[in-house]
Amino acid sequence: MASEIRVPTLGESVTEATIAQWYKKPGEAVSMDEPLCELETDKVTIEVPAQSAGVLEEVLFEEGATVEVGALLGSIDAEGAPAAPAETPVAEAPTPKPAAPAEAVAPAAPPATETERDALAPSVRRLVSEHGLSPADIAATGKDGRLTKGDVLTAISGQVSSQASHTSTAQTARPASTNQNAREERVKMTRLRQTIARRLKESQDTAAQLTTFNEVDMSALMQLRSEYKDLFEKKYGVRLGFMSFFVRACITALHEIPAVNAEISGDEIIYKNYVNMGIAVGTEKGLVVPVLRDVQDMGLAQIEQTIGDFGRKARDGKLAIEDLQGGTFTVSNGGVYGSLMSTPILNLPQSGVLGMHKIQERPMVVNGQVEVRPMMYLALSYDHRIVDGKEAVTFLVRVKESLEAPERLLLDI
Amino acid sequence: MSQNSEDRFDLIVIGAGPGGYVCALRAAQLGMRVACIDKRGAPGGTCLNVGCIPSKALLHASEVFDETRHTEDMGIQTGKVKLDLEKMMAYKQRGVDGNTQGVTFLMKKNGVAEILGNARLTRPGEVEVALLDGGTRTLSADHVVLATGSEVTPLPGVEIDEERIVSSTGALAFDSVPKHLVIVGAGIIGLELGSVWRRLGAEVTVVEFLDRITPGVDAELAKNFQRILKKQGINFKLGQKVIGVKALKASAKIILAPASGEGEETSLSADRVLVAIGRRPHTEGLGLEALGVARDGQGRIETDGHFKTSVAGIYAIGDVIAGPMLAHKAEDEGVALAEMLAGQAAHVNYDVIPGVIYTAPELAWVGRNEEELKEAGIDYRVGKFPFTANGRAKVNNTTDGFVKILADAATDRVLGVHILGAHAGDMIAEAAIAMEFSASAEDIARTCHAHPTLTEAVKEAALAVEDRALHM
Repeated sequence: MASEIRVPTLGESVTEATIAQWYKKPGEAVSMDEPLCELETDKVTIEVPAQSAGVLEEVLFEEGATVEVGALLGSIDAEGAPAAPAETPVAEAPTPKPAAPAEAVAPAAPPATETERDALAPSVRRLVSEHGLSPADIAATGKDGRLTKGDVLTAISGQVSSQASHTSTAQTARPASTNQNAREERVKMTRLRQTIARRLKESQDTAAQLTTFNEVDMSALMQLRSEYKDLFEKKYGVRLGFMSFFVRACITALHEIPAVNAEISGDEIIYKNYVNMGIAVGTEKGLVVPVLRDVQDMGLAQIEQTIGDFGRKARDGKLAIEDLQGGTFTVSNGGVYGSLMSTPILNLPQSGVLGMHKIQERPMVVNGQVEVRPMMYLALSYDHRIVDGKEAVTFLVRVKESLEAPERLLLDI
Repeated sequence: MSQNSEDRFDLIVIGAGPGGYVCALRAAQLGMRVACIDKRGAPGGTCLNVGCIPSKALLHASEVFDETRHTEDMGIQTGKVKLDLEKMMAYKQRGVDGNTQGVTFLMKKNGVAEILGNARLTRPGEVEVALLDGGTRTLSADHVVLATGSEVTPLPGVEIDEERIVSSTGALAFDSVPKHLVIVGAGIIGLELGSVWRRLGAEVTVVEFLDRITPGVDAELAKNFQRILKKQGINFKLGQKVIGVKALKASAKIILAPASGEGEETSLSADRVLVAIGRRPHTEGLGLEALGVARDGQGRIETDGHFKTSVAGIYAIGDVIAGPMLAHKAEDEGVALAEMLAGQAAHVNYDVIPGVIYTAPELAWVGRNEEELKEAGIDYRVGKFPFTANGRAKVNNTTDGFVKILADAATDRVLGVHILGAHAGDMIAEAAIAMEFSASAEDIARTCHAHPTLTEAVKEAALAVEDRALHM
């Protein structure tokens, strides 16, 4: 006997909310009126209480998801007994269901019924098992609504592409059999984590990676922004951030130093006459790098818009594999986490990556006087096999110049 | 202008080839009252009468003839194997007749009125037929389908007499094995018929304007195919243009010039010449101009995505409209149109139409080839597996050829499958099903394939996409 968990009325003219946090996991006992999750809206944050006692059966939306008033969030099995507590030190999000990869053969997150599993293509069956995914949660583009291998690959890459994954899909506490006291814990790396690790090592092992630094006085840009942000937002419906300026500054510099936008292929260098810029986007689940294609043709508003769209898609786990491919250069912003200076790693086969950092006020000497200026360190990691030191330094100087005097972007100098 | 209820139909199909008769049968299955008209005197169109069926009969018979002359190794002694061409032609004709009679039976079974005569549209919804038996009959229907197919493309300045200078029709009915058969055009028809007569003992020379054979076929397959045909004794003159064919008393002289325009003219002497440079839509005598049924620059009837022509109530399918000139394409269109007319949603998937060349070994393909993928800028991976490494092919002595699977580099989706080898035409069906379901190469690799069969080569090629073929 299941009772439903639904999004309650949230207030006048409020139609949707974001799930901020689930307090309970499927399999856990809940008592009547016990808060199950927290919903956030523009106006209010509320808790959703259990309408009956029992066991939380299933949860249909995870933290970070946007839900509408009245939507079904999950259900409680009023007659269920709580599942035997499995020692899972990591706070799991309810979906996708965690896997038990130590059992090499059995799929850890089996589809609900026999027939569902039978209807999956062999490659889909394998991927879904290995990554602990729920087929019902993956968007299907195959014939008659079937899942294709590509659909599952997209779902996997859209979830997380690197560290900081709260929904560690296949993490499990499997204390080493001899270590009952849990001074240590062995956790098998997810396939995704292994892939990330492998790719990072490949990048390090392949490119002759160096990083050159410079710093930018952000005052002119900040001035420009504060002066025009309202007008900009009014016209385009999108906030004027710094990213679009950084992107345009990079495009200018890439035109001047094409090696930074190039790629090594065998014994040839491929120079590209276009820029597909990957923008590292932080989401609650981690870092993803969607690609703005032909960004050289985009104006500031379009860049901001596209980045915003990607950010939303990333948070909703709806990035497609095509969104992440084909980049020729990447911009990564470590500043949002507080990083002052760093050496970003190259996203092979690209030959350059720009790192933006925290804007920090520092005393700077301007025209012989000491003044307080908002400064940002810039880092360019580059592949020295095809980018000379001079080129890398010049590139960064150009970016700095364009940002310190944004009118140069207008004048194209 | 009889409004006789006998002459009133729901659907009139002009042409009883694979497109026409299939459309008629399907429409009848869906409850329509259907008439199907053809001027040949027997249904089945080009395919059954002077195309697919008779050529396959001769290909098979000539292959058996060839095989029985090479059975020593297997411990089978035959003595001198002799050819009775007249009997072989009778065998071919029995195959043709069996098929055309089968179609007549099917039409009768489904209540389709089979009408033999020359059709002409007098106005939308009305068709006048000059009956083969004499007299005329006027039929009317809400829907009229043009399924009039295609005819041989002539070579400018060369007259086909179906004796010395023939089209495929004549080449299917020679009364003796030519001493030297020159074939103009290294396309599918030319090579199939060339291999028939080569096996039966003729010297065969194929002349082709381009510098490769079978345009449109994956280049790697075509190259390998050509090598194999050369080993079989077929001569090729590529990059040559035929500027004239002169029929002499007991032979023909074929004058060639380099296609590039630079170089000397040369000539060949043959006792038979086959003109096989292609086919073009057949739309003569139907009254299309008067009704304003639009045609494109290549003479094909223009249709929208639903087989509608520029005139309401008139539709067209098959070789007479754009698309590959294949019987199975026409059939699928016939079914789709009948279903659309019956109010159902129907659809032809032009991306998954297989092509086959019925030589020995066969060639078969479905989806895109490497050249097309490169041009579209699609990143792909290749998995290849040769039949020399296939157990069944080894014992059957059919180790020529290979399977090639092309898959999307990111999603592993199968984009094209190309097979050169025995039974390729049958094996390609597996690939077509896989592609219809958007399968990945991994899906094919993880499907159980019976052992020992040639199809295991398909599975291994799928494994090879991920560089993990087992038997290579």
